[in-house]
Amino acid sequence: MNATFIQSLRSLVGEALITSREELRTYECDGLTNFRVVPLAVALPTTVEQVRAVVQLCAQERVAFVARGSGTGLSGGALPVEGGIVIGLARLNRIIEVDIPNARVVVEPGVINAAVTQRVAPFGYFYAPDPSSQSVCTIGGNVAENSGGAHCLKYGFTTTHVLGLEVVLPDGSLVQLGGTTLDMPGYDLPGVFVGSEGTLGVTTKVTLRIVKRPEVVQTLLAAFDSTNSAGAAVSDIIASGILPAAIEMMDNLAIQAAEAAVHAGYPNCGGLLLVELDGPSAEVEALMAQVKERCLKHHASEIRVAQSEAERMVIWKGRKAAFAAMGRISPNYIVQDGVIPRTALPQVMEEIERLSIVAGLRVANVFHAGDGNLHPLVLYDRRIEGQEHDAEQLSGEILKLCVRVGGSITGEHGVGQEKKMFMSEMFAEPDLQTMQLVRCAFDPDHLSNPGKVFPRTPLCAEKQGHHVTHPLEISGEAQFF
Amino acid sequence: MPELTSTNSARALRAIVMKGDFRQGNSTDAVCGVVPELYVEPADEAELAKVLEYANSAGIQVVPRGRGTKLDWGAAPQVIDLMISTAKLTSILEHAPGDMTITVEAGVTIAQIQHALAPHRQRLALDPLWPHEATVGGVIAANDSGTLRVRYGGVRDLIIGVTVVLPDGTIAKSGGKVVKNVAGYDLPKLMSGALGTLGIITRAVFRLHPVPGSSRTLTFQFIDRETANQFILAVTDSTAVPTGLQMRTEASGMIEVDVRIDGIAAGIAAQSDAVCKLAGGANLIESERDPWLTREQLWNADDSVSIFKLSMLPAQLSSTAEFIREALSANAEWTLLMQSTGLAWLRADAVDCAQIAEFISALRSFLAPTGGTVVLLKAPSALREKVNAWGDAGNALPLMKRIKEQFDPRGILNCGRFVGGI
Repeated sequence: MNATFIQSLRSLVGEALITSREELRTYECDGLTNFRVVPLAVALPTTVEQVRAVVQLCAQERVAFVARGSGTGLSGGALPVEGGIVIGLARLNRIIEVDIPNARVVVEPGVINAAVTQRVAPFGYFYAPDPSSQSVCTIGGNVAENSGGAHCLKYGFTTTHVLGLEVVLPDGSLVQLGGTTLDMPGYDLPGVFVGSEGTLGVTTKVTLRIVKRPEVVQTLLAAFDSTNSAGAAVSDIIASGILPAAIEMMDNLAIQAAEAAVHAGYPNCGGLLLVELDGPSAEVEALMAQVKERCLKHHASEIRVAQSEAERMVIWKGRKAAFAAMGRISPNYIVQDGVIPRTALPQVMEEIERLSIVAGLRVANVFHAGDGNLHPLVLYDRRIEGQEHDAEQLSGEILKLCVRVGGSITGEHGVGQEKKMFMSEMFAEPDLQTMQLVRCAFDPDHLSNPGKVFPRTPLCAEKQGHHVTHPLEISGEAQFF
Repeated sequence: MPELTSTNSARALRAIVMKGDFRQGNSTDAVCGVVPELYVEPADEAELAKVLEYANSAGIQVVPRGRGTKLDWGAAPQVIDLMISTAKLTSILEHAPGDMTITVEAGVTIAQIQHALAPHRQRLALDPLWPHEATVGGVIAANDSGTLRVRYGGVRDLIIGVTVVLPDGTIAKSGGKVVKNVAGYDLPKLMSGALGTLGIITRAVFRLHPVPGSSRTLTFQFIDRETANQFILAVTDSTAVPTGLQMRTEASGMIEVDVRIDGIAAGIAAQSDAVCKLAGGANLIESERDPWLTREQLWNADDSVSIFKLSMLPAQLSSTAEFIREALSANAEWTLLMQSTGLAWLRADAVDCAQIAEFISALRSFLAPTGGTVVLLKAPSALREKVNAWGDAGNALPLMKRIKEQFDPRGILNCGRFVGGI
């Protein structure tokens, strides 16, 4: 069957098909490298019609497919499925329309995140979601993961900025979700599709909103003796009614790594805060004075405001390079993405430290402190037997901790392959089954990125009627509800 | 009060509704003139779930209700066997001031939320119609947003968690209590604007914003709509950050634009200056009434008027207004409130229903090429019979129907009232 299927695929996309085992290995994982599956083939369509034809063929032959952008995801969302194909969308990379008066941009899914801002910058606009991987990650991937970034505290996530989508549904039909204007009549399908991690279909076109660049941007660095006092300053800033564009925090281990990697000139301290304010200049000036005051109140030992755009970029470079910088201080690491209510930070930090000591593994902490999104980096050495397992255990414990204090297992990286078993920590079975109703409406045959996000695969009821037990149900591989 | 009928449903429900209220429906419960047979106000979420589960098993038609302020939005129901009200679900379950989130039951009104938040100088940055009556559940289901939309987004952008009761009695939550969360499908958004066709909302979690230190509204008078539209685009394209930006216009020829700037005094002064410069020769005038209540005032009229919600591109405000003027002027008084977001509300006063129906069809054709839409909110019943309340649902309608089938397989919730007959 495989040979015929691949032949059919080739007739659809021609040379844009990868089938040799060596080349396929490029696609065996995404940014989360501890899960690897070599796909049957990788199709690299260049037109919407090709995407549609490939999905139609998959639907007809019941072959699973996984859509992929640049493969920078950190939860294994673009991990191939055994026996399935990967649809790489990197070649669908045109910016189709730029409409400045209406502040809208229409792009294909393979367009790089930063390219959108680059394109509209001459008009004084930017595309707000800014994941750290923005120079390489694609809009299609951002849509799948509902990517955030440091500035989503003020500007919102990918979902805030997506007005409409053109989507190839898993049955091969092409539909428009949402549109160019607000509040399209009907269900908010872009709202459901964004963040669905590739399980509801393949995006082929995205209508984005762009944002006017603020008059001024000011970035402050403040050094504290601990993450707790830095955290107290964060709470105080937010409580005073200031909504910064971003508030980032790094602990000492993360600072050391970032310094070693990019020499951002960070002060060596227990907890470093990076606070960015933007907006009309009079407003920013006044509020920055308040931010400084509040940092001092919580005993900041050093406060520095970037004096130039170049200085500001260096500060951000250190922060954005923080994950990759871990390579400087540890051979391997697992990055987590839990979210906690901001006020639980001291309690959670204390507990992470305790867990870290018990496990005998170091944990570096980088946070989007404004919205409580933690990125604990569990450091380990794969060469030491058992340490990878211990690191996975520890990072799982941290996720459970986030849920216990009322938070979430993921703020922006997605559930993917990695965290699907933790969904049951956060949601009860009826909650998960209700989400799966959406899946059944979009993809009753589970061909689009199957096996991700949810701990179990449900069987979808076609219609009301006489219930016949499915063979997979009998074998215990799936369950009906 | 009339005697409760002794139908099977009435008997069964009497046994289920132990703590809440249960009575015969009456004319005050009517939706587009259709009076419900039975009316239940469950005492809590669990009782509501039992009532809905019964309705589903009996296959009777249900219309959910908050306090009934927007019940006539959408298409008229054919029949209402049972109205289920969330009016008794009035607890504010948790306000976490430090985390700036609030968890409330669906029957809590918007004003109650704002009142509870005020001492903390926080607010839900949403100003829907009739805040003293409008409940959280109703505002979510009807997706109503007001003047703050331009700065803070709509319901979909502020809701972070939801609990719904499905027709089979399942109580399901999704989202959570933290602002940033991508675990699982975003059902809070799916429920926003679903008009109660998928389940009955019983709880919601919202993110909050600080109350601004001060606020100033500038109102400018224009002599033509094109210039007014250009001004709105110029403000949007400037570094000013208004929290309200709208054009008010009507058949009489009045054209005014309101800009609201919030923040600290120094910031407001600087931004106001910048905005005034952009207004060019337009007159800065003192508004007599609060211009931000204009949308609500559209409804201060008798039952002969019709009100529509329009959506268009922000650069199309003036051309749309001119289209409306040309199409309606000879026949009717009309009032139009247009936001910089591209959302607008149109009231057309008493005219022949056939003419209005024709006008709506023409307006839909005018807006369709750029993705604009027209939805009917209020209309005399004669007009409802002539106009599809939602217009064309696009090619995702089959998908929407499949979602409806999954959530409500027996078709008992607000049936036929939503897009495409859902």
